[in-house]
Amino acid sequence: MGLTGIFLILFLIVHVCLNACIWAMDGGETFNIAANFMGAMYVPRVLEIGLFAGFILHIVQAYMLENQNRRKRSISYQVPMGNKGSKWYSRYMGWLGTFVLLFLVVHIKNFWTPSRFGMPDGYTQTYNGVEVHDLYRLMKETFENVWIVVIYLVGCLALAYHLMHGFQSAFRSLGVYNKRYLALIKGVGVGFAIIVPLAFAMMPISFLLKWLN
Amino acid sequence: MEHYTMNLTLKVWRQKNKKDKGGFETYTVNGISSEMSFLEMIDVLNERLVHEGKDPIAFDHDCREGICGMCSMYINGRPHGPWEGTTTCQLHMRAFKDGDTIVVEPWRANAFPVVKDLVVDRSAFDRIIQAGGYISVNTGNAVDANATLIPKDDADAAFAAAACIGCGACVAACKNSSALLFLSAKVSHLALVPQGNPERKSRALDMIAQMDKEGFGSCTATGACEAVCPKEISITNIARLNAEYGRAGLTIDK
Repeated sequence: MGLTGIFLILFLIVHVCLNACIWAMDGGETFNIAANFMGAMYVPRVLEIGLFAGFILHIVQAYMLENQNRRKRSISYQVPMGNKGSKWYSRYMGWLGTFVLLFLVVHIKNFWTPSRFGMPDGYTQTYNGVEVHDLYRLMKETFENVWIVVIYLVGCLALAYHLMHGFQSAFRSLGVYNKRYLALIKGVGVGFAIIVPLAFAMMPISFLLKWLN
Repeated sequence: MEHYTMNLTLKVWRQKNKKDKGGFETYTVNGISSEMSFLEMIDVLNERLVHEGKDPIAFDHDCREGICGMCSMYINGRPHGPWEGTTTCQLHMRAFKDGDTIVVEPWRANAFPVVKDLVVDRSAFDRIIQAGGYISVNTGNAVDANATLIPKDDADAAFAAAACIGCGACVAACKNSSALLFLSAKVSHLALVPQGNPERKSRALDMIAQMDKEGFGSCTATGACEAVCPKEISITNIARLNAEYGRAGLTIDK
């Protein structure tokens, strides 16, 4: 879980950095070119297979683990421990992950499927003689729907809490026990869990509130 | 602290034997001194039950000074009750107020089947220790105390891990019924000192294999174990165990 988790964290960094190009305030040119690079070049496409494998491994292993762990206590306590000693989000990683998964289904259908298997007609832009998908326009029109924005915000919130526990837990699983590194990882993890999902959440909000030209 | 007496309502898990379904029984106990220990309060109730010709509540206890690891009660939603770093036997009734209702349950984990009432079978822990929680040394004269030099920090960390009394509160608290805090304490206290070095690889692998066989869950690092541990064993030991396990798995020569 730790290894695939860290792999997916690396993917999030690439994803958030690339998407941040929407804030270049140039009508989506930088963003469309960056997205075209990821979609048209061979290396990112090959890495994409690894990414899907990483997601599937992480998800399948998580459900198997959760299922095994739930069978270890057939009779539960009359008075549950609740938050005495552990954070709620560390105990509900399965649920948080499930929310992220449901969000992912919507998310892949919104953007990944059209860009790979046929953009609607007219969604192209030509920069310097190169025709690229106008994913910026697709984003803009997708996020005109308030309900889609709400789904995205819930997805980001679930991701934030998932990372809040997952980031540091991944390193513990890999055997980082040095107190100094653990303190560092904890700090970086909390920062990452706040900043990255917040940046993602600001994207649909920026489009919905028409902050972008 | 001022002394006071209290009347309490107890809801205690009663189960005749392993096969019995079991259920909660409610008792009222009156005139309990705030200076009694929790187990002494149960003793008072048991004496009454014996006088009434009823079966007293079975519970594990031995030293009653917090070092044997026998007492094992899940009190009001927390193993060993409300105090931090305290075993049930060292929990005093001044932790409660007059009129309180206290729910007492046995450790709940399939790896710790209930034997009777509040007594659970923790022999799974013994089998984990037998799988590798020891060092093999030649017997004979005791070696001079300073023959093997150990840095003070290492000795302190090893000792902090060795403080584990194997009570099983970590398993009782864990949402996955994982025994990893126990196991990591036992592996750490030997891995941190040179005496544990020769067998460190097989120790980590064999003990974890035995733990899985006993039916404990896996660790998801929620930290509940550390919070309830009466000996305040650090969860960092689990990360050390993961490192030991990883290294052993990659480099063991068999």
